Amino acid sequence: MRFWPLLWSSLWRKKVRTTFTLLSILVAFLLYGYLAAVNKGFSLGINTGADRLFLRHKVSLSILLPESYLGRIGATPGVVDVVHATWFAGIYQEPKNIFPQLPVDPERYLRLYPEFLLPEDQKQAWFADRTGAVAGRTLVEKFGWRIGDRIPLVSPWRKQDGTSTWEFTLRGIYDGAAEATDTRQFLFHYDYFEEARMFGKGMVGWYIIRIHDPKRAAEMAQRLDSNFANSFHETKTMTEKALVQGFARQIGDIGTIIGAILTAVFFTILLVAGNTMMQSVRERTAELAVLKTIGFSNHLVLTLVLTESLLLAGLGGVVGLGLAYWAIERGDPTGGVLPVFFFPPNDIVLGGVIMVALGLATGILPALQAMRLRVVDAIRRA
Amino acid sequence: MGKDQILVRVRDLHKVFHRGSERIDVLQGLNLEVPRGDFLAFMGPSGSGKTTLLNLIAGLDRPTQGAIDVDGQRIDQMSEADLARWRARHTGFVFQLYNLLPVLTAERNVELPLLLTPLSRAERKRHVQTALSVVGLADRAQHYPRQLSGGQEQRVAIARAIVADPTLLLCDEPTGDLDRKSEDEILDLLQALHREYGKTVLMVTHDPHAAARAQRILYLNKGTLSAEPIE
Ligand SMILES: Nc1ncnc2c1ncn2[C@@H]1O[C@H](COP(=O)(O)OP(=O)(O)OP(=O)(O)O)[C@@H](O)[C@H]1O
Ligand SMILES: [Mg+2]
Repeated sequence: MRFWPLLWSSLWRKKVRTTFTLLSILVAFLLYGYLAAVNKGFSLGINTGADRLFLRHKVSLSILLPESYLGRIGATPGVVDVVHATWFAGIYQEPKNIFPQLPVDPERYLRLYPEFLLPEDQKQAWFADRTGAVAGRTLVEKFGWRIGDRIPLVSPWRKQDGTSTWEFTLRGIYDGAAEATDTRQFLFHYDYFEEARMFGKGMVGWYIIRIHDPKRAAEMAQRLDSNFANSFHETKTMTEKALVQGFARQIGDIGTIIGAILTAVFFTILLVAGNTMMQSVRERTAELAVLKTIGFSNHLVLTLVLTESLLLAGLGGVVGLGLAYWAIERGDPTGGVLPVFFFPPNDIVLGGVIMVALGLATGILPALQAMRLRVVDAIRRA
Repeated sequence: MGKDQILVRVRDLHKVFHRGSERIDVLQGLNLEVPRGDFLAFMGPSGSGKTTLLNLIAGLDRPTQGAIDVDGQRIDQMSEADLARWRARHTGFVFQLYNLLPVLTAERNVELPLLLTPLSRAERKRHVQTALSVVGLADRAQHYPRQLSGGQEQRVAIARAIVADPTLLLCDEPTGDLDRKSEDEILDLLQALHREYGKTVLMVTHDPHAAARAQRILYLNKGTLSAEPIE
């Protein structure tokens, strides 16, 4: 593009000012990208598992429920499938290695979570091995596990022999059908767990339920809970989505907070970049007049100024999003509390849209001003 | 065929400015004919309308009334966009000040008018080099305006004004801000462009010394032109 040297030099007319403006745009987009990943982590489940319900003890997730509820839940009209899971709370090597470890009925569990993709041979190998386990791709990559590895976990669940180290053999690695799928779970046989544990026999953590008609989730939840009303173990049922959102709400409404932060940030950036462009055009009134004298049309001048502000926003934005991507790739800042941590493609696209909008918004007024500038007035003023 | 020997033809030109409620009749029925290849100086007291006249002929402003015909084209009747195109094709303008873009090298400054032509990069480069050597600054191509003296800046401005080979070269007090030596260099240059390259040059000046270099001098007074300075 023949106007490139002119554009590029004009952009850097005041090096310090342009650098600071670029840095603030960069930081805004870095923040935007990073928070988009955090937000996604917290809102996981909102778009998945809509047809699954989560049933737990009415008082707390940490109080166990009888395993015998399985049959009663399964027999409730409107229920298609059900599985239970229990929090194993094991430690792998170091206490900071937190990930969900769940003793489950393998076949049922995979039926409930079809988004866990496991090759058929690995599936069969797992089903056949009582002390076998499968783990999600993220987890396996984090610890460098291989199929066949022996994985010891130290759990508060004591074994009957008095020890608390449980050893499992990795039989399979599952992938997520979607980027938002939780690939940090470690799953093993409930039968083995039930037989070997010292206490709590016959008790499980919670139930995952697939219902026939997701649109009637609220009604189903009520029906299920009424099954167990006035029993020793009353229950509380909610959708998975509500469950995950409930977690997030304990820390505050993350989405709203992030939205507010980003709005403030971009509003500031709008002013900063807008001011830079305004000043930069005001400073070169005489130069713009010279360009017009030479024969640059009003439209060309408008386009040049607008392109310059798009360049400013684009440069800061692309580098900012790039850095955000890099930071996100380096991993979850909570060290594993978030089930997923990635830069959602939608938010990358939205970032691009924001960049263009920012460039246009900050450039349009100065560009119009430059376009309307009359040579004779500009020269007289200068 | 033979081209019309009169390049610029101005008829009954009026220009009125309004400042608040005040009405300023700067040009009042001015007539002018400039033959092809002329070197013409306009003189006159400050505020007499010299700049106004030059701007009108350069297509930078519009007359209140009257006709301006340059090389057979009525520039007073052109649309804004056509006028910009016409300026690019037919005029080279040199101001007293503020001519160069400080963010661009001399070479890039001179190249600006060529960006509006279909010339390739290599062709543009060649034209720029030629123009810079005409003004004697081929060795300063990579310098920024702040690295040049006032006289050199003005020579770069002239190189830019002639690089696209315009029909008309218009200069508004091109030496007004320079010392005597630089002034002479600029005037030598304008004279050479006129004599050796056959350029038609219109120059506004305050300075009789500068005006003396022109082929003829016209005086602006009370809104019209005359060949003699009238009090
Ligand atoms: N855009 C404008 N608006 C109002 N008045 C104007 C405008 N342009 C010029 N004038 C007035 O018109 C008159 C002629 O101005 P012009 O600049 O043409 O004079 P000049 O002969 O070039 O003077 P100088 O020698 O000082 O450059 C002046 O009185 C000036 O104030
Ligand atoms: Mg003047």
